[in-house]
Amino acid sequence: MSVFIDQSTRLVIQGITGRDGSFHAKQMMAYGTKVVAGVTPGKGGQQFEDSVPVFNTVADAVRERRANTAVIYVPAAVAASAIFEAADAGVQLIICITEGIPVLDMTRVLPFVHERGVRLIGPNCPGLISPGKSKVGIIPGNICQPGKIGVVSRSGTLTYEIIHQLSTHGMGQSTCVGIGGDPLIGTNFIHCLTAFEADAETAAIVMIGEIGGTDEQQAAEFVQHNVSKPVVGFIAGQTAPPGRRMGHAGAIISGSSGTAAEKMMAFEKAGIAVMKRPADVVGLLRERGIKGC
Amino acid sequence: MNLHEYQARDILRRHGIPVPPGEVATTPAEARAIADRLGGKVVVKAQVHAGGRGKAGGVKLAKTPAEAEASARAILGMTIKGLTVHRVLIAPAAEIASESYVGIIVDRASQRPVLMVSAAGGIDIEEVAAQTPEKIHRLAIDPRYGLLPHQALTLGFTLYGDVKQARAAADIMQRLYTAVYAVGASLAEINPLVTTREGSVQALDAKIAIDDNELERRPDIAALRDPTAEAREEVLAREAGLTFIKLDGTVGCCVNGAGLAMATMDLVKYYGAEPANFLDIGGSSNPQKVVSALRIITSDPRVKVILFNIFGGITRTDDVANGIVQATRELSLKVPMVLRLTGTNQELAIDILTKAGFTALTDMDDAVKQAVALAKGKGA
Repeated sequence: MSVFIDQSTRLVIQGITGRDGSFHAKQMMAYGTKVVAGVTPGKGGQQFEDSVPVFNTVADAVRERRANTAVIYVPAAVAASAIFEAADAGVQLIICITEGIPVLDMTRVLPFVHERGVRLIGPNCPGLISPGKSKVGIIPGNICQPGKIGVVSRSGTLTYEIIHQLSTHGMGQSTCVGIGGDPLIGTNFIHCLTAFEADAETAAIVMIGEIGGTDEQQAAEFVQHNVSKPVVGFIAGQTAPPGRRMGHAGAIISGSSGTAAEKMMAFEKAGIAVMKRPADVVGLLRERGIKGC
Repeated sequence: MNLHEYQARDILRRHGIPVPPGEVATTPAEARAIADRLGGKVVVKAQVHAGGRGKAGGVKLAKTPAEAEASARAILGMTIKGLTVHRVLIAPAAEIASESYVGIIVDRASQRPVLMVSAAGGIDIEEVAAQTPEKIHRLAIDPRYGLLPHQALTLGFTLYGDVKQARAAADIMQRLYTAVYAVGASLAEINPLVTTREGSVQALDAKIAIDDNELERRPDIAALRDPTAEAREEVLAREAGLTFIKLDGTVGCCVNGAGLAMATMDLVKYYGAEPANFLDIGGSSNPQKVVSALRIITSDPRVKVILFNIFGGITRTDDVANGIVQATRELSLKVPMVLRLTGTNQELAIDILTKAGFTALTDMDDAVKQAVALAKGKGA
């Protein structure tokens, strides 16, 4: 078992002929992900890399190729529309990599996907990877190793840094999920913690949060009551000035809600081991009886 | 992107919300002419992107056009929270019977636009929110149906007992909700929403923040940006496609990715120095971006060392290495650099840098420790 994706994942790539889409399509195919279709309106009938059929619509890809998961690389201006289309076509899991979707568009997208029982990961996220099995998104496969640590994060490159720390110390990962840095996202920490807790392959969880909002505080409370596996956490943005937006649309501290200090305190209260710096992750996991594999 | 009060008032007016008259002046003489046209007492208000204008002396009452001119002279050019005032709004001084608050934000928890309404409006609304949150009524709006008339009227009655006023307030709430989606606002508030002596309900002051992700598809709103109201380096960074925020420390940071950039700043502090900035060079790593980044960082004389922390995923570290080499040819750097590059093509990157005479590290902690030592003048 792994979380959200595995060998049964049949992936359709929306925006497969674009610059980012085509680059990452090749990366995912090389990693062993079953890329069964691509979608670019107007390019239906073409073949991508002589092996992946391209369709005009996601519905065609679902009907012809039984795609059950969609990943989105289209530009921000049409990304909300791409999520609507994928959810309407009946895929069960949508991963939206695209950054820059207006938050008001997401207020309309989220009820639409939720009422169809579709899981959306992102937007503005690096996607997910189950090392050795499948990868959907842009997390570099070469820094990951198969293993038993579940990683969930709001960040991109910071996640790579922490995965790198784990891998270089022989601590492989069961699944790494980047949930995205935007204020409105489809899958939050609690959804991922629930999945990791239920996943037999995951022995411990690393949770990487940042300033802004109260998702981490709610996740901490959830951990306290519902998670039996060891959890190690990190919060980025301890030196961020209040009221300023730090790159991620979500990473903003307004008023007293969402500071790093507040979140780290919530973690400690819930029994989550708090890293002071990314390099602490390995030591804290070892203290909790997790060994390299 | 924040709008000025006068811009926010224009948007409300275009959406049919009653807003008292008012005009913008950039010189004391203009202020006098406007006050003359309006007649009677006026209020002169600084137009800056900072809260607490009144408490900082940026809002003055003027009984005559001559006083308006004097007030404008005092306010124009003054600095409020580090921002220079370039414009003042001149509006009639209203006779106010009551002050309420009406605001809409996009709420992360409910994932919906939330309407907030309070009869305790005015300059102390933040205190009201902190001390007596029960005085603020909140309603999460389902965007599929919008703000329904009965919902708005129910909230209108929390403000006013009089049905005419309650209906007027409800109408304003519905128009504000429409305006939010029309202009792509992440926040829109009317504070205060006032009743006049004659009993009419009006939006006296307004604040609107636009979601930056909306600007590309709304050129008319993007054109409202006032670069003079922002820090110079941040304007330069935006034009170069970088995200930059000025801080007070001595270690200049250049990082790819917002989360890693924040974690790098935190690590600088952990090892005993302060970061000079937040800077995310983003996913693309063309050399020109690196040049722009270095130019912006080194424009601050307090910067004693520049720290690069690049984790190559999509970003190829050899591209960044080439950018660094090119940038140092174009700029003569007076401060040392500490370079950390790991990930995609790191062997190539280190080879490029070594040939150009640089030392490159692969571990984040080693790099930050070295940068902190240099910032403190201890050498590496």
